[in-house]
Amino acid sequence: MLDKAIFFFFAGVAILSAGLMVTRRNAIHSAVFLITTLLATAGIFLQLRAEFIFIAQIILYVGGIMVLFIFVIMLVRLDVALHQIQFSRQKWVALFVTLALAAEVGVMLWSSRKVPGQGFLLPNAVPAAKLLPNTEELAGRLFDGYLLPFEIASVLLLVAMVGAVVMAKKRT
Amino acid sequence: MHPNLHALLVFLQTWWVELVSGVVIVAVVPLIAGYLVLMERKLMADMQARLGPMRVGPHGLLQPIADAVKLLIKEDIIPDNADKLVFWLAPVVSMTAALTAMGAIAFGPTFQVARDINVGLLFVIGVSSLGLFGIVLGGWASNSHYSIMGALRSTAQLVSYETAAGLALVSGLLLAGTLNIRAIVDAQQHLGVWFVFLAPVAFFIYVVASIAETNRAPFDLPEAESELVAGYMTEYSGFRWALYFLGEYANMIVVGAVAATLFLGGWLRPFPNVRWMNWLDALPALSTAAVGVYCVWRAGKQPARVQTWFMWGVALACFAGALILGVPLLMAPLKFLVPGLHGAFWFLLKISAYIYLFMWLRFTLPRYRFDQLMHLGWYILIPLAIVNVLAVGVAMILETEYGWNRWLAMIATTIITLAAALFLMRLNDKREAAASSAAPPPEEASTEDSYAG
Repeated sequence: MLDKAIFFFFAGVAILSAGLMVTRRNAIHSAVFLITTLLATAGIFLQLRAEFIFIAQIILYVGGIMVLFIFVIMLVRLDVALHQIQFSRQKWVALFVTLALAAEVGVMLWSSRKVPGQGFLLPNAVPAAKLLPNTEELAGRLFDGYLLPFEIASVLLLVAMVGAVVMAKKRT
Repeated sequence: MHPNLHALLVFLQTWWVELVSGVVIVAVVPLIAGYLVLMERKLMADMQARLGPMRVGPHGLLQPIADAVKLLIKEDIIPDNADKLVFWLAPVVSMTAALTAMGAIAFGPTFQVARDINVGLLFVIGVSSLGLFGIVLGGWASNSHYSIMGALRSTAQLVSYETAAGLALVSGLLLAGTLNIRAIVDAQQHLGVWFVFLAPVAFFIYVVASIAETNRAPFDLPEAESELVAGYMTEYSGFRWALYFLGEYANMIVVGAVAATLFLGGWLRPFPNVRWMNWLDALPALSTAAVGVYCVWRAGKQPARVQTWFMWGVALACFAGALILGVPLLMAPLKFLVPGLHGAFWFLLKISAYIYLFMWLRFTLPRYRFDQLMHLGWYILIPLAIVNVLAVGVAMILETEYGWNRWLAMIATTIITLAAALFLMRLNDKREAAASSAAPPPEEASTEDSYAG
């Protein structure tokens, strides 16, 4: 009962603020609503007892990426941007992709409604005592089972970082 | 009974301890913040050979209450061109983040709101870093140049120094081997040594970075009054301004608590495992009683009758505290209270010492220039923190795999880290010398810096 209430609260907040994020004209307001969405999603992670992913979401997405987003938005002259006509030409593509995604989610929900041991919307809660500490579990998987993909991803990030530094450097 | 009512009762029955602890934190932290301000003013006065607030209550002891009342009844001004919603939201975010982070901190072995968070320390750091949004959004919403400059500076500063602080914490966490706050303190008790002695460089980096994170002098660039009026809170007044202030002081308590937990042994008393040091258990009660005796001595010297009475009241409160701390030690049936009470005492003492260090530095050091701040963060602290993480890792491998003495391994790697620090500082000096000889005079150069005021 309480679990469901908490889930629907977070889910509702996430969807509502995602909608507001798309529709606001003011970029800072959009960013604030995006933060709310991310925090609500983090709440759902926490409810699933994925503590590490919950806190990684908060530290990386909310505390890191969104701060940089807002940093950049503040440097833009918003009052000018507000009065300009937004010319995004991907309207129809976006509509198509959204519909396709909605259909996918719908099919998935519909087909899983009678799988035993799985609820219609919520998976059955895992008893807390059986969970291993998240961080250790994740680190074990990452550095034992998936070391090569992990290293490839980190090399990719390193390349991106070096690229950014090179591009930002003053040309003398 | 109605099922919903029943569910509510079950909920309350399960969680009442946590709920009450949360309410206690929300109720007490503003009071503590107020008295921290008083302590800061008194310390500043002392270091500048003044008396500080003396009028409201004996020795200004009621000054925080008077300040709070003044701030509450002040006119609440919102600038015409401000973004009302964000302007309203920002101080609340600032304060909420700091108070939420406090929920996971263990004030002693028994007082902790969120007990079983396995990622406890990360939770505290992550949530308290959300307070940055309060500063950034407030600065933007005020629609003023000073505010937005302060907000921009604070973003750049916090993003830079959070990296260094995080890496410094990693060094400590390597020693603890867990993120759970209780387990970190237990690890220090098990090893019999505070981590500050095993990783002194990490502690130093964390101290510097946490000063920058809480926007305190000498790194208070976001609110540098000689350059930016009041930085991001220029347009705030009255209670909203008070919320920012509360958030800032609550944040100081949070970083102090993190440092105390990870580096200073949490709620453990000094030498927790040494039997002949057990007399230290009497210290909380004795020191509280000593404060009481001092208040009695001062009571006779107050200028007015009311103030004498008030001083007696304070003295009585101190004696009551001494009794609460001391009696469980002597009476066997109350022994179960000792760990909680004394743990809280030592933990709060360590946080206070940490905050005292902050204030001391504030009155001692002049403010950094913004480019100096950035250079310190990116050229010295972050590389040094990375070297330190590697060094601590190497020391642990030397100890566990090659059977070195722990202290030998730690001292050797600390010396290597310090050598790296010297090297980094030499490099930075050289870079600065090259820049100042190549660039036009510094006054002109600084006006081109987009972050400078």
